[in-house]
Amino acid sequence: MSLLAAGTAAPEFTLHSTPDQSVALKEFRSRNVILAFYPADWSPVCSDQLALYNELLDEFARLNAQLLAISVDGVWSHAALARDRRYHFPLLSDFEPKGRVARAYGAYDEQHGLAQRALFVIDGDGVIRWSCLSPMGVNPGAAGIVNALEALPANNIQKALPAVAGQEVS
Amino acid sequence: MMLNEDSILAVPVSAHDHIQGNLHAVVTLVEYGDFQCPACGGAYPLVKQIQHRYAGNLRFVFRHFPLSQAHPYAQLAAELAEAAAVEGRFWAMHDWLYENQAAWAPRGAAGLESGVRALGLDEVAIAAKLRSPDIDARIRGDFMGGVRSGANGTPSFYVNGYLYQGDFDALVHGIGRVIARQA
Repeated sequence: MSLLAAGTAAPEFTLHSTPDQSVALKEFRSRNVILAFYPADWSPVCSDQLALYNELLDEFARLNAQLLAISVDGVWSHAALARDRRYHFPLLSDFEPKGRVARAYGAYDEQHGLAQRALFVIDGDGVIRWSCLSPMGVNPGAAGIVNALEALPANNIQKALPAVAGQEVS
Repeated sequence: MMLNEDSILAVPVSAHDHIQGNLHAVVTLVEYGDFQCPACGGAYPLVKQIQHRYAGNLRFVFRHFPLSQAHPYAQLAAELAEAAAVEGRFWAMHDWLYENQAAWAPRGAAGLESGVRALGLDEVAIAAKLRSPDIDARIRGDFMGGVRSGANGTPSFYVNGYLYQGDFDALVHGIGRVIARQA
């Protein structure tokens, strides 16, 4: 199955983010979601990729978007990684049944049993508006995500406003 | 040379940048760097070597790309370099930060104070400039320009506007070939 493309309804899911908490995609209706599937906790390229996104959380928030990262690693590995790298966004565990969500998005590598390095931007109606698959060893950066978020109609309206009212008072 | 033609420098080099070398050089090398990043520290002597070897054929530009969560003093170090820039000492501070990275980084802010003293800068004047909104905006502007250019970590190098994707060791030869082609 190939990567789900723009225009497709994003498959719903509920996954654990910690041993006793879970996150459902539908909680983010009316906001935009960035889904970042990545192959494995602790591998260097993933960590650089997520480290970059970790610096962009304010920018994503400005574009009304929540970042959710997903791999097949277990919740304890995720917890240790998030603590070590000071990540301030959820790492979701697509662990049991393994890779079920990655498969639903066409982002599962059957041969290696890992999520592929795939990015999705999902709008507030739960529709995929942009997706991108990168080779396993290539860090895709964030330009594609930022461009896709800025192209969403709701964000275009915000950008078209002349200035933020608060900035005019000085 | 391994250049990614999909990742193009989104913000053209301008007088606003920190620039070393010949303004009309055949090759412009832009680095998005983080002063606390060990890989950037490792690339620093290679950049010096490239600058030395290609001298008049090279223009070098440094832009800030601090990964503050991974490197807790990267932002402060970038602010310090910008505060030094107000005194005309950006490159002196840039060099000091990379040459002494292993010594100051574990000591954090106290380590950075050594840089202020080493350069003979006025500690009070520098402290007043740190955290100024202008400096903060400049660093953030550099960072977001890098993001829009497809910079994916540190250091990210752009050769004549395209993201370089090979080993840093091979960068010197790649630049040499670009110069040879255009000579």
